Amino acid sequence: MSTPTTLFDKVWRAHEVHRSESGQSLLWVDRHFVHEGSFHAFNKLAERELPVARPALTFGIADHYVPTRSRSLEQVDDAKVRSMIEQLSDNTQRHGVTLFGLDDPRQGIVHVMGPEQGLTLPGLIMVCGDSHTATHGAFGSIAFGIGASEVAHVLATQTLWQTRPKVMRITLEGRLDPGVTAKDIALTWIARLGADGARGYAIEYAGEAIRALSMEARLTLCNLSIEGGGRCGMIAPDQTTFDYLKDRPYSPRGEAFIEACAYWSTLSSDPGATFDLEIVIDAAEIVPTVTWGVSPEEALPIDRCVPVPDESDDRAKARQIRDSLDYMGLTPGQKLTDIAIDRVFIGSCTNARIEDLRAAAAVLSGRKSRVPGIVSPGSTQVKRQAEAEGLDRIFVEAGLEWRHSGCSMCVGMNGDMVPKGERCASTTNRNFKGRQGPGARTHLMSPAMVAAAAVEGRLSDVRALVATSPSSGDTP
Amino acid sequence: MKPLDILTAPGIGLPAANVDTDQLIPARFMKEPRSVGYGQFLLFDVRRDAQGELDADFALNKPGAERAEVLVSRRNFGAGSSREAAVYALVDGGFRCVIAPSFGDIFASNAVNNGLLPAVVEEDDAERLLAVLADVQDIKIDLVEQRLRVAEVEVGFSINPVWRTKLLNGWDDIDMTRQHQGEIDAFATRYAERFPWARAPGAELIGKG
Ligand code: SF4
Repeated sequence: MSTPTTLFDKVWRAHEVHRSESGQSLLWVDRHFVHEGSFHAFNKLAERELPVARPALTFGIADHYVPTRSRSLEQVDDAKVRSMIEQLSDNTQRHGVTLFGLDDPRQGIVHVMGPEQGLTLPGLIMVCGDSHTATHGAFGSIAFGIGASEVAHVLATQTLWQTRPKVMRITLEGRLDPGVTAKDIALTWIARLGADGARGYAIEYAGEAIRALSMEARLTLCNLSIEGGGRCGMIAPDQTTFDYLKDRPYSPRGEAFIEACAYWSTLSSDPGATFDLEIVIDAAEIVPTVTWGVSPEEALPIDRCVPVPDESDDRAKARQIRDSLDYMGLTPGQKLTDIAIDRVFIGSCTNARIEDLRAAAAVLSGRKSRVPGIVSPGSTQVKRQAEAEGLDRIFVEAGLEWRHSGCSMCVGMNGDMVPKGERCASTTNRNFKGRQGPGARTHLMSPAMVAAAAVEGRLSDVRALVATSPSSGDTP
Repeated sequence: MKPLDILTAPGIGLPAANVDTDQLIPARFMKEPRSVGYGQFLLFDVRRDAQGELDADFALNKPGAERAEVLVSRRNFGAGSSREAAVYALVDGGFRCVIAPSFGDIFASNAVNNGLLPAVVEEDDAERLLAVLADVQDIKIDLVEQRLRVAEVEVGFSINPVWRTKLLNGWDDIDMTRQHQGEIDAFATRYAERFPWARAPGAELIGKG
């Protein structure tokens, strides 16, 4: 064998159609997902009268604007929202692109439904006009979000110009404690390195604690790569990956699957491969973590206090803290567990897979939520599965609303929003100003932690609650 | 796309870190067609107070700010969502260049695809620029030399060389790529032979949803 190679470079090189003198690579794209927001790109294509080059490799998904109260387009009051969903149907139909529409039993948030259907496979290059496309890297593919001009470019050529990013590895040594999740891993490294700490890098997650994660948890971790500024996040495929992929609708079958697995098994960083940056984290140090500010980097372990701006010797930092506390309506030095919440949201491509719903339901089982809230499963298939397991009844009995699948209150495009000034404990990925609605205040955390916040009416440590669980034994 | 080499235009400072794309354009405006002009949505919520009135103290609401074509801000500008609408809001709002110590990757590449220059400066230099740009002032940006100047402050900036070439020439990616069509087709054939399982086998078997 030649020089030791990283997982990232193995996949990158297999897709290089051309390398320009300036060092940019023209990459082949295996999977391209479009959603309602992709209308700008389709319009660009129409302006230039170009066809979609490879319609069989593009998949349309209705998720960003879909209603979660019903699956009927007629019941969408906002004509503009309705037209977003209709435009996606029209554009995909016109170009012969497969659509997973509003009433399709396979519908779901693109980053939940892609893996579920077996569209996401190891070793691919996958793109979508959505920054959380990094999610799909959990299978060992290079997956990243692109803007509308690039979406148009992929539609027209099935390729994309990219400058090779640097590659970093985040290694988690040892094991996670019970009650600590992929969400906590992500919030911990982002808080340490900053929301732009991985800017310019592709991230590979490695180490014992990563190998031990389920496919669902790996998806959550890779999903949040972009919140630390990473171009993409990847995990080398292994038996967990292959087991997940077997017999998925779009997975290869029979001989082809065996052949694919043989290749996929070669997709890991060779011993001695060099990385531009190496970060090592002791998994045992990670505890349930929540955000207190307006950037995912503003996160702390749940047993800590909100920072005091004047205690920071860096002026810029102090100013940023003051600004965040002001928007969030928090007092410097206040205990995180003293922060009362107004509502909860369990959903999004980050944390609305079946495992996430099970973790939240385990905490809520036999308990009541002190605040209102919405549970929106990550896909229609997750919804069916949860209902088969009786999780929907646990949520409803706790006082939460059981909705259909969609992006919902992650981004509020369909009208599901956190009212102005209200504080929401949320399983989503962005606590940006106004993300969940104008003036909304968002605290990010894992599904079990959101469930604990619902039960207590304030941010709280799920581990304390589980210790006194009425449905004893069910640790999330 | 209009080529950009030397630009002298009014600049304004936006002294904040992490100005993410959700702030640049709130999601609820993204169902509008581009033809309505996205400039009206730029920093829509951030520039207003709790009552929904324009906040007179906010940088972009200051007298003369509407003329600004250059924006200087702090680190991690344009982080977050891939929405190109954030760039449309800036471009339709008259901006041709944003200067910051760091940019969200996707934002920066979207910017270049719309002829908007994302110029990276050192953190200290950004602070010096912000100090002189408390009020609107002319700023000269030289993309050939990669230097910019406002009043007595002159600093260098960096940009990905490929992006620089694209901006200098006003090049469009689709035109560039179509020159490689033969190569792409040959690659696709080789690729299909080497990785037959990669072609989404279910695609033909399952009907349109
Ligand atoms: S759930 Fe949120 S983050 Fe995920 S794709 Fe939808 S809008 Fe984007």
